[in-house]
Amino acid sequence: MPTRIDAAGEPIAFTFDGVRVEARAGDSLAAALLAAGIDTTRRSAVSGMARGPYCMMGTCFECLVVVDGVPNRQACMVEAADGLVVTTQDGAVDAFAHEDGGREMLA
Amino acid sequence: MSAYDVVVIGAGPAGMAAAVEARGAGLSVLVLDEAGAPGGQIWRGVEAAGPSRRGVLGGDFAKGADLAAAFRASGADYRPRATVWNISPEKVVDYSAGGGSRQAAAGAVIVATGAVERPVPMAGWLLPGVTTAGASQILLKTSGIVEPDTVFVGSGPLLWLVASQMVAAGVPPKAIVETVPHGRLMAAAKHLPGALKNAAALAKGVRMMWAVKAAGVPVHTGVTDVAIAGATHAEAVTFKGADGAMRIETRHVALHMGVVPNPQITRLLVCDHVFDTAQRAFVPVLDADRMTSRAGVYVAGDGGGILGAAAAVLTGRLAAMGAAEAAGRPVDEGARGAVRAALAKDAAVRPLLETLYAPAEAALAPADDVVVCRCEEVTAGAIRHAARLGAAGPNQVKSYLRAGMGPCQGRVCGMVVAELIAAARGVTPGDVGYYRIRPPLKPLPLSELAELGEAEPVAAQ
Repeated sequence: MPTRIDAAGEPIAFTFDGVRVEARAGDSLAAALLAAGIDTTRRSAVSGMARGPYCMMGTCFECLVVVDGVPNRQACMVEAADGLVVTTQDGAVDAFAHEDGGREMLA
Repeated sequence: MSAYDVVVIGAGPAGMAAAVEARGAGLSVLVLDEAGAPGGQIWRGVEAAGPSRRGVLGGDFAKGADLAAAFRASGADYRPRATVWNISPEKVVDYSAGGGSRQAAAGAVIVATGAVERPVPMAGWLLPGVTTAGASQILLKTSGIVEPDTVFVGSGPLLWLVASQMVAAGVPPKAIVETVPHGRLMAAAKHLPGALKNAAALAKGVRMMWAVKAAGVPVHTGVTDVAIAGATHAEAVTFKGADGAMRIETRHVALHMGVVPNPQITRLLVCDHVFDTAQRAFVPVLDADRMTSRAGVYVAGDGGGILGAAAAVLTGRLAAMGAAEAAGRPVDEGARGAVRAALAKDAAVRPLLETLYAPAEAALAPADDVVVCRCEEVTAGAIRHAARLGAAGPNQVKSYLRAGMGPCQGRVCGMVVAELIAAARGVTPGDVGYYRIRPPLKPLPLSELAELGEAEPVAAQ
């Protein structure tokens, strides 16, 4: 398991797929998840295979998660905050699923 | 729309130095950076890091705090958490910040977006638990997180730096699996006399390796046939070493094969690029003042070719001096000469590093069944097949196979796709070119585009 070498940052907590994750202020979501031993954060939109943070600097888009209902957020670029509801991004996102009546508007 | 003499993109060593220099020349400066605090990747988290973390990360890291302080005091308009998603040929910069998009007109643009890690495609590199070595270091810098189970695989100074920082933190990595081919040291040795002009960098490198070996970290050198085993997560690293086939059980693999210039903005602006055979990467063509082929667009730091953090500060200053001169401000030629001399001295170590740590052939020519484009899961074999069918370059392969069309927009696979096509066609990567980069540089909500440029909110119909 990963360890922290110092005690910097106030303790905060968010949930990932319903499970409470302890973090420190200043962590990115991806850092907090990795520190908690969670390194699968999405499933590929192509094959469905498990993926997780790779570059940690906003380049690779492997760590995409859903944050408070908003999909396609880069977990390595979003700062962890108390009370966030984060979930695995499972494959491709239906662009209209979270917009009331969006699909009907197209029809 | 706001207007600035200079818009600097990136707040790493190059961007901060450029901003300080440009402000010193009396120019108005906007600095846009994706991170929440200045430092870039090399000095990431430098302002927040306490004494213990700075101690672990070493003196060169701590140096970043001084430049960050000078940058904060420079009077530049600094926007953290701002993502640049387009720059027009007229140098109007579109960026997204705080949930909305804004525009800034720039007299000059200084691109200081640094480097990205060269992709290291191999069997198993898509598995959770596999990251870049840079990712390991970012965890350490920003959150003080270290993973003792880490096996570093590949080559390059960063690999040894992160490993030595883990040793200093009292949490050494599990092993180092180095892919530098036998004979490279001899080839690199001829560059040693020149490299001695920057003896400090050489000494630092030797100290890092000693520290890792002295800590008892197993180091496997000259290995080939590296792969990562696992079904839904990394489980082991396998390779051929001096003692034959080896397997190291681990759930954490950190890959590294050097860094290459981040090409997104200079490609977006269709600046001229050449393939630098020594760096094995595309670099934008720059003049002595760091200006690209597009007037008023400059590149500071590793985005113009890999020279490292110390040089990035110097090239940041040069770019700002060039922009100041173009804006009609006087430039101190004595100071500019001193910066150029310091740059030449610092760069003296590059030929040795470039020869010793040139990427292993396996990273440039992965086996047919290895996925190269991670987003769209396109294999090396499919790319070779497309090239044989007549795909002349990365843009054709993108049309055939969707390689480079996923969310990362080719940032990870681009270099290898160019190498694979070049090898299949028997030409150089310079001949096949690179992905055409289009806006938005990063995905953004359609609502931001819809609202852009509206003076007043428009009522819904």
